Amino acid sequence: MLSSSQWRRTAEAICIPIGALIFSLILFGLFCAAAGANPFAVYAAIHKAAFGSWSAFQDTLIRAAPLMLTSLCTALPAQLGLVIIGNEGALVIGGVAAIAAGLAVAGSAPTMVVQSVMAIAGLVAGGVWIGTVGALRHYRAVNETISSLLMNYIAIALLNHLVGGPMRDPSSLNKPSSYPIPEIDKLGMLPFTRVHYGLLYGIIACVIAYFLIQRTTFGFAARTAGGNVKAARIAGLPVGKLTIAICFLAGSCAGLAGMVEVAAVHGRANESLNANYGYAGILVAFIARYNPIAASIVAVLLGGILASGGILQRRLGLPDATVYVFQGLVFLVVLYSESLYGRFAVFKERDSAPMASSAIVE
Amino acid sequence: MATEALGWWGVPLGIMAGILRGSAPFLFVSLGECLTEKSGKINLGLEGTLLMGAMSAYGVSYLSEKTVGAAIAPWLGVLVAGCAGMVLGFIHAWLSQQPKVNDVAVGIAMIIFGSGVAFFLGKPFIQPPAPQLPAFSLGWWSSISQVQSALQVSPLFLIGLAIAPLMAWFFRSTRWGLFIRAVGDSPDAALAMGVSVKKVRMLCIIVGSFLAGIGGAYLSLYYPGSWSERISSGQGLMAVALVIFARWNPIQCLWASMLFGGAQSLGPALQAVGIEGGYYLFNASPYILTLLIMIITCSPKKTLSGAPGALGTMT
Repeated sequence: MLSSSQWRRTAEAICIPIGALIFSLILFGLFCAAAGANPFAVYAAIHKAAFGSWSAFQDTLIRAAPLMLTSLCTALPAQLGLVIIGNEGALVIGGVAAIAAGLAVAGSAPTMVVQSVMAIAGLVAGGVWIGTVGALRHYRAVNETISSLLMNYIAIALLNHLVGGPMRDPSSLNKPSSYPIPEIDKLGMLPFTRVHYGLLYGIIACVIAYFLIQRTTFGFAARTAGGNVKAARIAGLPVGKLTIAICFLAGSCAGLAGMVEVAAVHGRANESLNANYGYAGILVAFIARYNPIAASIVAVLLGGILASGGILQRRLGLPDATVYVFQGLVFLVVLYSESLYGRFAVFKERDSAPMASSAIVE
Repeated sequence: MATEALGWWGVPLGIMAGILRGSAPFLFVSLGECLTEKSGKINLGLEGTLLMGAMSAYGVSYLSEKTVGAAIAPWLGVLVAGCAGMVLGFIHAWLSQQPKVNDVAVGIAMIIFGSGVAFFLGKPFIQPPAPQLPAFSLGWWSSISQVQSALQVSPLFLIGLAIAPLMAWFFRSTRWGLFIRAVGDSPDAALAMGVSVKKVRMLCIIVGSFLAGIGGAYLSLYYPGSWSERISSGQGLMAVALVIFARWNPIQCLWASMLFGGAQSLGPALQAVGIEGGYYLFNASPYILTLLIMIITCSPKKTLSGAPGALGTMT
């Protein structure tokens, strides 16, 4: 049963991020004006490139798919109070593992099998990658933010090493790449669109993550440990196992994003895998306040902004880094908005009685 | 590369040169981070500050060459880089001290924002050459040109060498150093002493970012000595781990920076003598080294000696 105080809290959780987005749009407009571009032309260009037409919206969705998956890599461990930013590394490793596994079975197995093998390889490789971060956190108390960040660099070095040497396709001259997977084994398109199945993977992963966190004992245990580790230990929760399991799941989502990029977009592994989807995924998770369902919506919004980078460059002569400035501004304003929760009287219950009763109902 | 003539001696020489040339950015950023963390806040955004410093130093050096001459222009660039760092530091300091705002998350946002602004404003400076910082050679005793070029030292590095012991003395023996340590170890005690926790942290983060900006100026104006979007290879991030390794001690930051400078040059040095196989893997050696060091030095049983008590808490 939803009491009125819960409605107000939900309204607060929706209004503040939207307000933050609008405020950062205004700040970004000022920045563009300072750089000599008409802010309204910039807004119009972003809107047109992101949501202006069906074709543009499909581009947005193609970009949103990996963002949904990588955002879970930050959102899931956040339930435990961990700040993990190894999304980029897990994506890269997942992509490399997927292509290696896919090439091993391609040609001798039906498409379904090849794709499943690739997906599993991506899931496991990404999971092990971030699971390691969780294990280091638990057994050695290594700061998970810094270790996951370092593992990003190691993953990218590994990618460059593998596609430049052992896995290199000799015909890729300017841009060292692995051998491509056969065209028939690439991920197909959703019916009536040119959006690949990765979008479906992303939505399914977000829904599963939501139920896992909100509706299962596993999720409840994770949230308890995130709230108070000592209390969780006293209650007999296996904090170490929870940490590693959540990190494994988080990494496997990002690994799947790598598999999707390889199997649907590039067809092979090369440095294009390292396209900042991981870092943008962190932003998605923060804006969504670690809620997986909200993350899938925010991913579409941010996918649109990313898709508009090219148009800003061509049409308005702004550097391609404009999109990063915008992302950074959104990120900073959203973080500031964290401090605004509970400060607006509108979202507060005037009478304390319903609050108490709702606490009992919950 | 010229080290071919030296054969295998090129490897230690290359690493030596790497220590002299490559450790200064680590040194400046880690000293800045050390100061910041001593006051109880983490600034993960120094990577963005480093890039911003690199861009503004290069841009100012290039633009002011005509008016102030090629000798002063780069030093003006260094100064502006520090000031650009201070601006980013102010944003970080203000934002990370708002209630319920996580300083690590602000740091990540500052990486994206700082590098975004640096790339945005730095677009016109990718091609044109800017006057560089001077260097003097410690290799006058050798007749081999490779040795001479390997032993080039920038005055900026020497300034960094001087700041490290100065900062250690500052923490140990001055009134202000005590304030900073008090704020970092126990904000409540500092408050009882009558010290404004917010102001001390604000100043520490801003000065720390000033140092990181200078580290960026070193990158673009001395080594590698040009501005591009790939100029930083994560020195700003590694410096955060480096401070943990150095146990928040400025003198040990110096040794750690030298170790990292050397590790960074391992890949190119080996490539120069003909080992090409694991080029990318050797280039990743600073990251692997950092991770290994953290695995070895951290422990779940006790907090690290020297760690500021309030680090990572939301006070």
